[in-house]
Amino acid sequence: MPADPTTVAVAEPGSVPASGPAPLHPAKELWFSFCENKGALAGLVVIVIVSLLAIFADLVSPHPPLQQYRDAFLTPPMWVEGGRAEFLLGTDDVGRDIFSRLIHGARYSLLIGCIVITLSLSSGVLLGLSAGYFRGVVEELIMRLMDVMLSIPSLLLAIVIVAILGPGLLNAVVAVAVTYLPHFTRIMRAAVIGEMTKEYVTASRVAGAGRLRLMFATVLPNCMAPLIVLATLSFSSAILDAAALGFLGLGAQPPTPEWGTMLAKAREFVQSAWWVVTFPGLAVLITVLAFNLAGDGLRDALDPRLKR
Amino acid sequence: MTEANGAIIDAKEVTRHYRIGRGLLRGVAVLQAVAGVSFRIEPGRTLAVVGESGCGKSTLARLVTMIERPTSGDLTIEGVPMATADRDALKRLRPVVQMVFQNPYASLNPRKQVGTILEEPLRINSGLGAAARREAAREMMAKVGLRPEHYGRYPHMFSGGQRQRIAIARALMLRPKVVVADEPVSALDVSIRAQVLNLMMDLQAEFNLAYMFISHDLGVVRHIADEIMVMYLGRVAEQGTRDSIFSRPPRHPYTQALLGSTPSVDPAKRRARLPIKGELPSPLDPPPGCAFHRRCPFATEICAIERPELRPVDGRLVACHHAERTVAPA
Repeated sequence: MPADPTTVAVAEPGSVPASGPAPLHPAKELWFSFCENKGALAGLVVIVIVSLLAIFADLVSPHPPLQQYRDAFLTPPMWVEGGRAEFLLGTDDVGRDIFSRLIHGARYSLLIGCIVITLSLSSGVLLGLSAGYFRGVVEELIMRLMDVMLSIPSLLLAIVIVAILGPGLLNAVVAVAVTYLPHFTRIMRAAVIGEMTKEYVTASRVAGAGRLRLMFATVLPNCMAPLIVLATLSFSSAILDAAALGFLGLGAQPPTPEWGTMLAKAREFVQSAWWVVTFPGLAVLITVLAFNLAGDGLRDALDPRLKR
Repeated sequence: MTEANGAIIDAKEVTRHYRIGRGLLRGVAVLQAVAGVSFRIEPGRTLAVVGESGCGKSTLARLVTMIERPTSGDLTIEGVPMATADRDALKRLRPVVQMVFQNPYASLNPRKQVGTILEEPLRINSGLGAAARREAAREMMAKVGLRPEHYGRYPHMFSGGQRQRIAIARALMLRPKVVVADEPVSALDVSIRAQVLNLMMDLQAEFNLAYMFISHDLGVVRHIADEIMVMYLGRVAEQGTRDSIFSRPPRHPYTQALLGSTPSVDPAKRRARLPIKGELPSPLDPPPGCAFHRRCPFATEICAIERPELRPVDGRLVACHHAERTVAPA
């Protein structure tokens, strides 16, 4: 081959003019197209900060999350009149530093989101893929079961599951994961059915691809875009749903500095001490927004058809 | 026809039915997609299957590529009857018949690089190592006119003509003896068609390929075919060598109508348009007698009662009661 690539061949008529330089490594390519989306990048930065705070919570937080300061009930944030410099975002009704509790709460919220998504995504993909690939009886069984689960209001279903398993953070997480399962299964099935009719699947079959290769190597990667969006959206609602269970006394138990539980506990101070409610709420809002933005960017970067 | 052991694919009275549920109360209908078709595909030759959409062309392709089995009739590939072939036999036969699809925008996996797409058949069917597969893929890319740097690109970076080259390369990776091409150029720009057809003919000469070339475009068929089979509603209307059908006027009114609908630049060469009325009848409820009689200008009473069998007329096979009088004497 000659050294100069332009001398290899003259472009045939009808070839793509925008051939460009040699392609990058896939991971690098993914990273570059992700970075083109400023919102996604901002989301990723927030996620990284929140994750770092969660990992190094013990080093970063100025006070232990459960420490009560008997001289500082409901102290306002430091920049408000009456605030104290040692309590950056004020204290709650039993004198605990809200800033420290928020940092520790990031651990719980991220963990809840991760476990819920991992559980419901993996089982949803398996069930949806089987339903969409095999059709017939398998599909009927799986999808009717999902319909039954969808027919029960999700919080009610979660309460029933927690009632069976017993209250606690981990059981609440499992319960939320189960209520999200039908959404993943349905989206996966729809995507699989759509892809199965395409000719590249038949082409793979003509080449002799077996069942597992067709399902996981050929069809699955083409169904991931909607699942990634759903996963990021569910990540945030998983945090909220787990908090709702905590509010009902079925999730994280009170001294735990979980954002949703903090929100629920502070409900009675909305009128008198705004900071007790506002900051956990903002923490949830910012984290949820960051995950949604990053998820959108990831979807665009993962889909080669959206690239230039 | 030549001796029996010369053919790679030998089909005798092959049929394929589909059972279609029409709802709870109306029961199951039987759709005759292919109703008794016989043909042979010999090394290095091209069989063109011609007809309107819905005439069973694509079902025939699914049978020949072993995606589906015939409902009845004998289909043998390399001497192995499909009716009784087990999984191992099918696995051995896979490389013999490969396929090029109609729509190059749907037939390439959008998430795989060209190299991965080309190597997949080898990965499944051969014990070649990664380096050998890569070498084979690059070699085939050169043969179909793709540049080496295309190896790591994704299908969406290519035009329709180039995608079809990739699809052709993929079909040839296993060195098949037969390539089923299901309307391989109908989705392409007219300017690209000739390039792709010429490529296919060059590759045919190089690898001694046999093509089963499915098309509705008689202009393209005339360019590439050795044998022609005109299908109508799952049955053969007219079957013969290219010369017997193109050099003398076709005998079946349907073939005449198809030829009449081919556009021609030269007014002198334009054939008289035969009026072809109505739509293709539903294959769920085919008309009695000759399936074409409701649209045929030559139809008489017998056409509505008795189904015409294929019979030799003027050097080709025709399924028409009136094959002798469809052509005005010269």
